[in-house]
Amino acid sequence: MDLAVLWFILIAVLWIGYFCLEGFDFGVGMLLPVLGKSRLDGAAGVADTERRKRVMLTAIGPHWDGNEVWLLTAGGATFAAFREWYATLFDGFYLALLLILVALIVRVLGFEYRGKGETAAWRSGWDKMIVFGSFIPALLWGVAFGNIVRGTPLRIRENELGQGVEFAGSFFSLLNPFALVGGLTTLFLFLTHGAIFLALKTDGDIRHDARALATKLGAVAALFAVVFLVWTNLLRGNTGSWILSGVAAVTLLAALAANHVGREGWAFVGTFITILAAVAALFTALFPDVMPSTADPNATLTIAKDHGFYAANSALTLKIMTGAALVFTPIVVAYQGWTYWMFRKRLTTKHIPGVSSAPERVEA
Amino acid sequence: MDALELARWQFAITTVYHFLFVPITIGLSAIVAGYHTAWVRTHNPAMYKMTRFLGKLFIINFALGLATGIVQEFQFGMNWSDYSRMVGDIFGAPLAFEALLTFFLESVFIGVWVFGWGRIPEKLHAATMWLVHIGTVLSAFFILSANSWMQNPVGYHINPDNGRAELTDFVAVLTNKVQLVAFPHVITAAYMTAGGLVMAISLWHLRRLSTQAPALETIETEAGAPSHGKGRGGAHAAITDGTNYRETYRKAARVGAIVTLVASLGVIVTGDLQGKVMTQVQPMKMAAAEGVYQTEAPAPFSVFATGNLEGTEATHWIQVPGLLSYLGKGNFSAEIEGINDIKAEYKTKYADSALTNDTTTEFTPYVPVAYWTFRIMIGLGMLGTAMSLLTLWITRKKGDLKVLRPKWWHWAIIATPFFPLLGNSFGWIFTEMGRQPWAVQGVLLTRFGVSPRTSATEVLISMIVYTLLYGALAVVEVKLFLKYLRRGAEDIGEPPTYSHIDDEDRPLVYTY
Repeated sequence: MDLAVLWFILIAVLWIGYFCLEGFDFGVGMLLPVLGKSRLDGAAGVADTERRKRVMLTAIGPHWDGNEVWLLTAGGATFAAFREWYATLFDGFYLALLLILVALIVRVLGFEYRGKGETAAWRSGWDKMIVFGSFIPALLWGVAFGNIVRGTPLRIRENELGQGVEFAGSFFSLLNPFALVGGLTTLFLFLTHGAIFLALKTDGDIRHDARALATKLGAVAALFAVVFLVWTNLLRGNTGSWILSGVAAVTLLAALAANHVGREGWAFVGTFITILAAVAALFTALFPDVMPSTADPNATLTIAKDHGFYAANSALTLKIMTGAALVFTPIVVAYQGWTYWMFRKRLTTKHIPGVSSAPERVEA
Repeated sequence: MDALELARWQFAITTVYHFLFVPITIGLSAIVAGYHTAWVRTHNPAMYKMTRFLGKLFIINFALGLATGIVQEFQFGMNWSDYSRMVGDIFGAPLAFEALLTFFLESVFIGVWVFGWGRIPEKLHAATMWLVHIGTVLSAFFILSANSWMQNPVGYHINPDNGRAELTDFVAVLTNKVQLVAFPHVITAAYMTAGGLVMAISLWHLRRLSTQAPALETIETEAGAPSHGKGRGGAHAAITDGTNYRETYRKAARVGAIVTLVASLGVIVTGDLQGKVMTQVQPMKMAAAEGVYQTEAPAPFSVFATGNLEGTEATHWIQVPGLLSYLGKGNFSAEIEGINDIKAEYKTKYADSALTNDTTTEFTPYVPVAYWTFRIMIGLGMLGTAMSLLTLWITRKKGDLKVLRPKWWHWAIIATPFFPLLGNSFGWIFTEMGRQPWAVQGVLLTRFGVSPRTSATEVLISMIVYTLLYGALAVVEVKLFLKYLRRGAEDIGEPPTYSHIDDEDRPLVYTY
């Protein structure tokens, strides 16, 4: 196989890994004020709210950091395999990316610092950072991928370095209807994925509330996902991307059905495959281009040799990177998977130390 | 300022800030892992408490290093996209290796370590912190091979079809001679930094215990009762649950001091080797570090100079004859090239290429920055070493360390962690500023690497955002760090017991 094609697939795999994994911790982060809120009234409710939030955060506690590395690896791999793509994309989407980076920074610190202060104001400040830090990337990654698939105004330019491709639009040209639907799709898919993860990982009231909310969020997600994927396929679809889009739609409905009858494990597998198939559909529709140009067909960044601007790195770099990826990706998946097994136990407010346990409605 | 100047400032601000946390992460993960291992082997509660205490400080620091590290990876594409286009074929590979081989290791196992108390077998648990440490060291290896390539490009050729640099030998990139000295230099400096931190933290607690009224020291808290929350500094700390905190901190101070001392020997040796490699591959950087304009043999080392250092008015007040010749070439009478000669040489050498020359290029870094950062780096390192010797001397005997009571100790202890910490910063500023005007020595001038599309406004917006955010986060981090530092090891509860039998309702040892 052409190594550039293999790397296109590997980068798709890294983004799929990122969205399938960090997708649910974004969802949990965004749902913190909603599912974290106690059903009880008065002082008992205040204490219970804090306990519920801690259960939610602890559920993703051992995992969010490892999940985020999939993004860093996707970024690094794009640099190593398609430097022209890396340079054009990150330079072109400058302000959107800045917003995402700021969100990710405050989110990391929200997780780590929230519990290290005593006052309610301290905690509620970091809670806002976690919500903001989860909401912005969940929305903007969808917007970014919408723009990549739809194509952006790229042009060829010459300077001391020779020919290169550069983005000729602005921050606001990224906010087109198609891309915004893409953003809402990832936003609601991640919310649903997060709610189902919580239903799977917790017990008692949180589990019950998360399950009920997942059904509602899932319905909205299904609506946006269908519009976005059909629109994507009409723009530049092929048989493969239609099939994958179909898989995404079917598994989302199956996930919601499984969730409705309390089979949270299967529901989580369902949303996991939905996100996997949806992202795979986007990459399949994109292939063999990596960033289509709406302004000049010659400025389309591509890994095909018959059109556009060839984006892949040298054969030697691709070969070395392939060796590393084939050896280490399975190892990473194995030990990361092991951590999910290690922390598989359901959590309840009883597991939170330093607080007396509130009455629990544990289900059979 | 134009986009280029702003992008350079932004790189400097974000990188120097990020690198305040990195050496602590590298060094402290090893010390925490050491304490954790000691606890698993001895089951001495004091070891457990030190593990958790230093572990908390580690996590507070790690979080900020992690958060600011994300910016670093994307910055090359955002602000330096032409640099990425030009050399991404070589520079991207170590970054991808770093993410795949090391970020996963660090991030996955730090999660296991933090949340694993009482939930995974003890030995395995201790091993996870070692894995984190291995991750940090390997991470430094890959990022330094990328940086060393910028100092001394090897294993590449310029593809005539597209004018871009392309990889020809990856092993050469990983075993670059600059890399072989820079990597151990940075790692030993990281151990020195963490050692200095542990030394200072422990001395601070020792001084606190020594300056308390003797009556307070002997108050015993009820068995098993947590001893924190009795005001700042925890006056009840002397004897609780059988742990002798004075002895625990005394040993910790010695651990920190020994780590600092041994590491600083490594820093000195590798630094000396680095000077020689630098004289060979980047003679201009060495000349700028010394403010040497005219080629000299033998060349003296200037300890202190005044004036503008621009070759005309500089007065070198204190000079050590022949020392520069030795530092540069290992021979007290060797010739050291001056800035003027190297400049003339470069003007001829790089005249042909659009990427490396035009009439305005001077090939000279800003000499005062190179001169002073080099000296400050060395001076701060020496202060760190001196402090470790002093600490080893005063903590040599058990018992009440009354010697720490005078007020000046307070300030000496506070200053201690900053010697190696700021030494690192000045070292990096020297390394990167000394390379100017090159982004990649002899291959690409910095000004051709900046993103051609990005406007000054965009870079300015992001610079303001990062600066304000980083500033605010620094305040938060220092506040938290000091809070947990003051609480000390006395704050930590009983060691957890790991059991195979799952008690469903047993509260977790650690939660968010």
